[in-house]
Amino acid sequence: MTKTQEPGAELPLQQQDSVVVRFAGDSGDGMQITGGQFTSTSAAVGNDLATLPDFPAEIRAPAGTRAGVSGFQLCFSSKDIHTPGDRPDALVAMNPAALVVNIKDLKPGGILVINTGAFNDKEYKKAKMADPYTDGTFEGYRLIEVDINKRVAEALEGSPLKPKDVQRCKNFYTLGLMYWLYSRPMQPTEEFLNKKFAKKPELAEANIKAMRAGFNAGDIHQMFQARYQVAKCTELPAGTYRNIMGNEAVALGLTVGAKLCGVKPFLGSYPITPASTILEAMAAQKHHDVMTFQAEDEIAAICSAIGASFAGRLGITTTSGPGLALKTEAMGLAVMTELPLVIVDVQRGGPSTGLPTKTEQADLLQAVFGRNGEAPIPVIAVSTVADAFDCAIEACRIATQYMTPVLLLTDGYIANGSEPWRLPKLEDLPDLKVNFRTEPEGFLPYSRDDKGARPWVKPGTPGMQHRIGGLEKAHLTGDVCYDAENHEFMIHARQEKVMNVRETIKTPEVHGDKDAELLMLGWGSTYGPIADACEMIRGKGHKVARMHLRHVWPLPKGLDEIFSRYKAVLIPEMNMGQLARILRSEYPSQNFLSYSKVQGQPFHSSELAEKAISVLEN
Amino acid sequence: MSEAKTLTKKDFKPDQDVKWCPGCGDYAILNAVQAACANIGTSKENVVFVSGIGCSSRFPYYMDTYGFHTIHGRAPAFATGIKASNPDLTVWLVTGDGDGLSIGGNHLAHVLRRNVDINVLLFNNEIYGLTKGQYSPTSPRGRRTKTSPMGSVDRPFNPVSFALGCNATFVARTIDTHIKHMTDVLEAAAAHKGTSFVEIYQNCVIFNDGAFDDISEKSVRDDKTIDLRAGEKLVYGKEHDKGIAMRGFDPQIVSAADADVWDPTRESSAAAFTMSALDQDPKMPSPIGIFRSVETTTFDADMSAQIAQAVQQKGEGQIKDLIYAGETWEVR
Repeated sequence: MTKTQEPGAELPLQQQDSVVVRFAGDSGDGMQITGGQFTSTSAAVGNDLATLPDFPAEIRAPAGTRAGVSGFQLCFSSKDIHTPGDRPDALVAMNPAALVVNIKDLKPGGILVINTGAFNDKEYKKAKMADPYTDGTFEGYRLIEVDINKRVAEALEGSPLKPKDVQRCKNFYTLGLMYWLYSRPMQPTEEFLNKKFAKKPELAEANIKAMRAGFNAGDIHQMFQARYQVAKCTELPAGTYRNIMGNEAVALGLTVGAKLCGVKPFLGSYPITPASTILEAMAAQKHHDVMTFQAEDEIAAICSAIGASFAGRLGITTTSGPGLALKTEAMGLAVMTELPLVIVDVQRGGPSTGLPTKTEQADLLQAVFGRNGEAPIPVIAVSTVADAFDCAIEACRIATQYMTPVLLLTDGYIANGSEPWRLPKLEDLPDLKVNFRTEPEGFLPYSRDDKGARPWVKPGTPGMQHRIGGLEKAHLTGDVCYDAENHEFMIHARQEKVMNVRETIKTPEVHGDKDAELLMLGWGSTYGPIADACEMIRGKGHKVARMHLRHVWPLPKGLDEIFSRYKAVLIPEMNMGQLARILRSEYPSQNFLSYSKVQGQPFHSSELAEKAISVLEN
Repeated sequence: MSEAKTLTKKDFKPDQDVKWCPGCGDYAILNAVQAACANIGTSKENVVFVSGIGCSSRFPYYMDTYGFHTIHGRAPAFATGIKASNPDLTVWLVTGDGDGLSIGGNHLAHVLRRNVDINVLLFNNEIYGLTKGQYSPTSPRGRRTKTSPMGSVDRPFNPVSFALGCNATFVARTIDTHIKHMTDVLEAAAAHKGTSFVEIYQNCVIFNDGAFDDISEKSVRDDKTIDLRAGEKLVYGKEHDKGIAMRGFDPQIVSAADADVWDPTRESSAAAFTMSALDQDPKMPSPIGIFRSVETTTFDADMSAQIAQAVQQKGEGQIKDLIYAGETWEVR
């Protein structure tokens, strides 16, 4: 495409560092695909980016209602960014319900694109709202009105598709319009559509036609005063990148981790939002000798994985909060039998069924303490989408080297969010080779190595038949033993083994001002908002430091000394202060301030910055 | 694998004391299983016994093989993971009426429908033993126990009907005191490819003593039970004079000469289901023997086959293919 042919070329092209766009519509409007395509294209042009899909738990709530609104926000940038942005610069509302649910987040003066074809009294009634033209809803925004229903019908006149199917191309018309506005190429999406609808070329053609019509409309209809451009991000460290979603990164990390251990992975899982796509991704990795088993329930899922570990594969199970609760008893068995196991909990809003599609750091206490008896389990928390890959490998390492179940915590925000991932060099991946014991001479099932781990023996190995189970084990022999002193000895042996993990983990780095009086401490997916907030705080002339925990149990060494350098440690959490509670009992002399938000949504960096500044000023 | 040498029953006894109550039916079953393992000619290291919780589930501790005493009701899930991970292993699952049909009913149903190649032994004593005498899901209605002082109001499961309803490919029943029959059934179960389900009437000497005496006592056994033998007539009675034949949808008592020939290999499990419920009619004998034995693909073989097929189609996956996939770009 040459410059002269490009529609809208006569409009001033404004350079922007970062733009936040939110697509919102009905669950059936295809907003997730639209956002996903905008994301892939932005990755292809070299922006840094972060995404926040936000959809309801209902697959198709009644059309036009607030309950059915599905949204997808992304931030694309020429700078190194950490979050999908607090508030959108531009909002696309495909119907009145999408408008009323999302308008409060749009930045003052922001661009508001509405599909006027869906703005009528009937739709207002469904969304239980007043006519937005009469109540000042649009005031203070740059309103762009497009009758997308009509424009798509016009663009696809003569198409063999039924009128209903023509209307299903609305999202690509919208995507085209936004591509024009933000100077994005259409080619990656054209390729995507041709591939997706290879067997139904009429659908590919219609969607591409709709997208091109939307793109051209930006110019022809003179709706906008400017076009924007966001340059390629040059701040990212050099390397090869790909765009990746959190659950995908977990799936890759688990398989790669198992391979590095020299063990074949077995994933026993039961579908649950927002974890299911890990099972889906690993089911497609069969040629990597990945075995996946969709069990009859959460309990069977973990039990099959423990069985697999007993048989010599690396057992893995993936779930979310309610599923983790069901797996509790089996986790205790894995502690008792000292078999490797990776349990992934993609946390969501709780309690009970809670908010299935929304994020929350809901399960830290359940992960660390939620079992009968003294049943310590190492717990690792993923901080960003790309970090999920490394953490999954770390979980495989600890599980196999310490012969223990390991809990890997992610959340809905990481699971469905995406960002550019700098691909590791193959030679930088660790060697985690496992040695199965095959020497019967002197074999004792519950003897321990210097880390405190017992030997892993595959059934089928001659001369080493042994029995394990949930009853207390005798030290060394592993025979059933109810002896009082032995029980206490074994309780301590299991505890010490887990605490020994601290010998192989680093004390986390502290970033920011050396002489700060306030430390912002996080774990899990608050990483991005905290990092951005600290920049904001320092931008306003305050001093602050930040630190993030990957290993939340056992806690790394050296934390007490670090905490003691600050007057206060501020801990933002998307829960009622679960990490703060643990730290207060571990480090009673330190001053921990909990900042809690439990709304099923990630923190805004701005609200974290405000909170920190208010702490600093008081 | 070690060199195949002939093992005897004794080779499967570990150096552990057996801790069941004196007189418990489990001892006879343990003996029969050890004998069956020796007769099959398997090596000890390739055998895994898996169990849940309950008196019967202590079984793995008493076999010198690999063993996994798991949690209540979930043994089928562990066994599925073990067998799928290593199909070369011979996996036995020992459960009871409470473990298998109450807390673990869900998992038992699913392992049976999936046809995982394992042998399931369900010790049915119609009572909870290890928790000291509460009614179980196979206790007859009206059974008075500590938790049903006025008699149980639950309608019981018929384990064989349950297994057939799950489309199990091998379903049999035997009695702990009928050693010869039990050994034959166990060997047939071990030989079957797919999930073999064997219900064993097992006497709990402490909390439900004599529960099966009315059919299992030597003096009445021939008249009160009928052994389902492949290719043979459905004949019973001390004098081998009575038989069973289908009249319409209903089984009838007929003379031995008029009895039907039993065929457990029928694709349809309808006849097996009818036979499984035979003794709902108190005039009828209790059926034992092999109700169903049909061959089909197994879950574990199918799982391995899909992996082999994927490797054949896409080539053996490398770490590089996983990481360096999709659209990538360079930042310099």
